[in-house]
Amino acid sequence: MNDRPSYSSVFFMFLRNSLVRDLSFRSNFWVECVSSLSWVIMNLGFYLLIFSYTNSIGNDTGWGKWEFFVFLATTLLVNSLVQMFFMPNIQEFSELIRTGKLDFALLKPIDTQFLISFEKVNWPSTANFLFGILLMSISLYQLTHRADEPIQLTVGMVAIFVVFLLCGVAILYSLMIVLAASSIWLGRNTSLYDFWFYITSFSRYPMEIYNAGTLGLTLKMIFTFAIPILIVVNVPARILAQPMGVDPTDKWMLTGYMLVATALSLLFSRWVFKMSLKSYRSASS
Amino acid sequence: MAELAARASTWWAIFQINFYEKLVYRGDFMLGTLMRFLPIVTQIFLWSAIFSARGDGDSSGQEIVGYTYYNIVAYYLLSTISRAFSSMPGLASGIALQIREGEIKKYLIQPLDLISFFLLNRIAHKLTYYIVAAVPFAIVFFLCRGYFDGWPPAQVLCAYFFSLVLAFMLGFFMEATIGMIGFWFLEVRSLLFVYMLFTFFLSGHMFPLDMLNELGGPWSTIVKSLPLMYLAYFPAAVFLEKITGAELMWGLIVQVAWVLFFIIASRLAFHYGVKQYSAYGG
Repeated sequence: MNDRPSYSSVFFMFLRNSLVRDLSFRSNFWVECVSSLSWVIMNLGFYLLIFSYTNSIGNDTGWGKWEFFVFLATTLLVNSLVQMFFMPNIQEFSELIRTGKLDFALLKPIDTQFLISFEKVNWPSTANFLFGILLMSISLYQLTHRADEPIQLTVGMVAIFVVFLLCGVAILYSLMIVLAASSIWLGRNTSLYDFWFYITSFSRYPMEIYNAGTLGLTLKMIFTFAIPILIVVNVPARILAQPMGVDPTDKWMLTGYMLVATALSLLFSRWVFKMSLKSYRSASS
Repeated sequence: MAELAARASTWWAIFQINFYEKLVYRGDFMLGTLMRFLPIVTQIFLWSAIFSARGDGDSSGQEIVGYTYYNIVAYYLLSTISRAFSSMPGLASGIALQIREGEIKKYLIQPLDLISFFLLNRIAHKLTYYIVAAVPFAIVFFLCRGYFDGWPPAQVLCAYFFSLVLAFMLGFFMEATIGMIGFWFLEVRSLLFVYMLFTFFLSGHMFPLDMLNELGGPWSTIVKSLPLMYLAYFPAAVFLEKITGAELMWGLIVQVAWVLFFIIASRLAFHYGVKQYSAYGG
């Protein structure tokens, strides 16, 4: 008897089951795809409007129109991955705690954090993911084919980009787990998800915009080192959009730091998760 | 006369119940309100970067469609006030849910008018909200007072408050009408999503709608003929004196017309909806 469960086969079962479930309500599936896409397209319209009034975000930061669209596409890719794998599960987690149904997850012979993190996969988010790839391809085409200083794209850059994209996803996942685990202590906290929305709004723009004033620098420090939300999109996007970055040392320092931050976030969230399980009282029936 | 007094006392009772119910969660309210300003912080930094790029590092003296950097920040702060009046969280979805679950028949057999009942609920909700949110709002506006050029003249202030009250009415009756569509469709979630999406971008919550003027094409005309711009853009632009004189008068008249239109629409939807209604649920 093998008492160690095969995580990969369980994971593929989750993928399969979710796809079957999503496709059983096919029209709902398409409505969800279209509605999340329309949100993205409206956002894109907003940035197109902004770039009709300026050539770059910030003076001499290098974030021109297409560079910024690489950034936006990176945001889309990170967010769609988080929405696809983690968002529905972690929302469910708070609910499991409140209703006492977490007992069933605790009893299963598999790591609890794995189980509650991956059980559902939100397939409609692939629409946003594909749109992100499309936007990325168009923007990179523009950047590599522009007249002055075209970007030389290499396979290595893309590979590093993918690694850091996944690091970004891991940081967001850790933050989510920490927020959700705290609902064990708080009972129920609906403003938790508002908090999630407000905090992640700091990751939406290039970090150079915070290089103004004391408040900006303070925010930049807090969201780089205390809650590393600012580097989630910035580091991978810089790798592709600005290979000749403004300050190369700064760029590599930050890239190295992101690896450390990812590892620390994952460890910290694991620790918080385990601590919170100790306080779980299996309330309700 | 006695009948009117009786009705007034019913309304007063409804109002009081809601008022005390909402005050129970004042701590959550205050925190929630302060957090509402967080996305504005990122937005302000974004605009600061845009203006500094336009002026090669110096944002003073730069203007986008007549808005200086200070104007834009003031605009964002004012648009949160507009939205505090016009946003109706949970109204349409609540009505549709009550129709679907059959709960609405509880009101139908009571001797009160459903729409007025919901309106009173909402007024109580909003008043409580303002009382509790006044503290965080005052803090933020005091800290940001430098972005404003002082108070506008009295008549502008009057027009501003009038348009805010109208924004509240418009938001209420528009959402109520959408909720009433639930009599026919039961599930209005996707409709509401579309409404929310358009409100978010086209009410002027994200950017001053004047920015569409220089874009060319029909965009500006389309957006400015929708009622959505009265939910956020219009009051804020009135306060900043971007809309004055005849344009202001005309704007207020159109806003009143939209409010009347949606009052009638919600009444009609309710009138015919009840005839459709088959009291599902337990």
